[in-house]
Amino acid sequence: MEKLLLLGDEAIAQAAIDAGLSGIFAYPGTPSTEITEYIQASKEAKEKGIRSNWACNEKTAMEATLGMSYTGKRAMFSCKHVGINVAADPFMNSAITGVNGGVIYIAADDPSMHSSQDEQDSRYFADWAMIPVLEPSNQQEAYDMVHYGYELSEKFKTPVVLRVTTRLAHSRAAVNIRRNARKQNEIKLLDNPKQFILLPVNARRQYNELIAKQELLENAAMNDGFNKYIDGKNKKIGIIACGLSFNYLMENYQEQACEYPILKISQYPMPVEMVNRLYDECDSVLVLEEGQPVYENKILGLLNKGKKIMGRIDGTIPRVGELNPAIVGKALGLKVSEGLAIPAIVAPRPPKLCEGCPHADTYRALNEAMEAHGKGHVFGDIGCYTLGALPPFNGISTTVCMGASITMAKGASESGFLPAVAVIGDSTFTHSGMTGLLDCVNDNVPVTIFILDNAITAMTGTQKSSATGRIEAICQGIGVDPDHIKVITPLKKFHAENVQTIKDEIAYQGVSVIIPRRECIVWANKKRKDAKKQ
Amino acid sequence: MKIDIILCGVGGMGALSSAAIISKAALGMGMFMKQAETHGMSQRGGDVQSHLRLSDKEISSDLIPEGECDLIISVEPMEALRYLPYLDKENGWVITNENPFINIPNYPEKEDILAEIKKLKNSIVFDADKIAIDLGNFKGTNMVVLGAASKYLKIDIEQLEKAITDTFSRKGEAIVESNINSLRAGRAVADKL
Repeated sequence: MEKLLLLGDEAIAQAAIDAGLSGIFAYPGTPSTEITEYIQASKEAKEKGIRSNWACNEKTAMEATLGMSYTGKRAMFSCKHVGINVAADPFMNSAITGVNGGVIYIAADDPSMHSSQDEQDSRYFADWAMIPVLEPSNQQEAYDMVHYGYELSEKFKTPVVLRVTTRLAHSRAAVNIRRNARKQNEIKLLDNPKQFILLPVNARRQYNELIAKQELLENAAMNDGFNKYIDGKNKKIGIIACGLSFNYLMENYQEQACEYPILKISQYPMPVEMVNRLYDECDSVLVLEEGQPVYENKILGLLNKGKKIMGRIDGTIPRVGELNPAIVGKALGLKVSEGLAIPAIVAPRPPKLCEGCPHADTYRALNEAMEAHGKGHVFGDIGCYTLGALPPFNGISTTVCMGASITMAKGASESGFLPAVAVIGDSTFTHSGMTGLLDCVNDNVPVTIFILDNAITAMTGTQKSSATGRIEAICQGIGVDPDHIKVITPLKKFHAENVQTIKDEIAYQGVSVIIPRRECIVWANKKRKDAKKQ
Repeated sequence: MKIDIILCGVGGMGALSSAAIISKAALGMGMFMKQAETHGMSQRGGDVQSHLRLSDKEISSDLIPEGECDLIISVEPMEALRYLPYLDKENGWVITNENPFINIPNYPEKEDILAEIKKLKNSIVFDADKIAIDLGNFKGTNMVVLGAASKYLKIDIEQLEKAITDTFSRKGEAIVESNINSLRAGRAVADKL
């Protein structure tokens, strides 16, 4: 056995390589990015021919995952929680088709919204789709669960969700690995590949099979060892500790063992028999979940007429945000240590655009060009340039989801709110801006769309962008008038010229695209450093 | 034995690379470790921190419980204060560079920050930038601060030097030597107090 020091994300990636993975499909998103990056950088993965290039978006990535599985090979999909929204269509329907080669979908949730717009819990999605979930409590479990997850997936012909949260994804620990535990699968179609044809006649049959599978999956969750009932003498409280919350619970019992019975949950569907035992034996139940109160809600039920259920709903645990040892300790009435207060003079230090960032020059020019039009006309998107919402720029009025800048600008324009301007990054544009642009062209709506081309997916740490070298051609192909596709260089020395170009395009009563093009400064520095090393 | 450390600074200052050095040294000594890092948006000039936990027993939580941190190691003085809720009030130490990194308009007065740090029971605040620059190691502030902190780390300085050698060896002998010198100079500051 070999021991490696790995982030939770890296443990997942190494496990996939060791478990006979043939391909990973993903779009970058914090806190999931390092999984794919690890495989991209792995010499071993390269030698084994494991495919790992970034996809355009989560939907294309998940469909390709399913396609690889269709041929019999093991595949992995990885995204941040909101990526599941983008991939929701293949996600829900792949539960119905089932799989051939093993499939694991990694959903990296971000409770406390460290780098996200919401803290949605992917276990809701999985429960809805009836896809089993593995939720590791530490890096070693994350590693082991990938091996197990592929076995489970192939045994029950179902995709499996591996759900991690920020703390586990981005925390490092020593992990025992089993190198070359398994070879890649050969191509072998199913004897009856009709399961992948979801015509209503097949879909009805598949759906019934999916429902029938649930009992078997629940049995697996009860018997396969990741869920444990740890008995305790004091039956006043029974504790259900899901995923990472088990660690925070244990942190409170370093000196002595926990007196209450604990049900450690790391695999779903949650085994009802185990929950029943805890409920029957104890006077009340405390549910610890890192994320939303998914199972607390289920146990509570709509009417809440049973025993006392404590957690995020009744306020024993804060309703929002990630857990920590103190929150769990306080919920159990334990004495927790306290540090000092943060002195009042300590000022927040929010993230900001880097020194020399091309987006800063773009916002300076855009703000000046927009001065005459009043507030609220610029629709933003998701990427580094979202920071343009903060001082000193205060340059955008919306940030909702990937691609929404273009389509929200369209809607505002169609409501007569002119001018309507969208600001979107190159990678976000190919992720989900292209279809919105086609809508604009088809309706010939007056909008001015900035596609900020810094030649990289910057916010998540400089991953290759699908858009590089293609933006003008894509816009022309979609039908934007070539006379209204303007490339500008966001630099101080071109400021006056850029402001004029922007003013002209805003005045144009049709679809115009402005492409401020200059390399991300972080990426440029990184390349220079790498060149020096060689 | 158990040591809980918060390493902090501002994204892009390289504040967290010390965490990797300490981890390497601790693993060399056969200790258990967990190290939670900040990735993503805050790395763009925002506040960043790492929770580094070392122990001779298995570690449960990836996050250090509030009030139990033994050591806050910071390359920026205001950032050191941001994590005081984690500090062990009685026995914890704050070791920090004294020079502000000002990238916000409402940065407080330096004297006020230093006064807050002086209120703490155990702290070392010093001009680590100057020591690094005098040694010609312009990016070596974190190594100087780590050197000063090494006195309270319960890890032999030789182990840290070995970890530095491992980490920087591919960048050449001069870089290794310069970082080890910075570490030793920082340690000398702590030893003199």
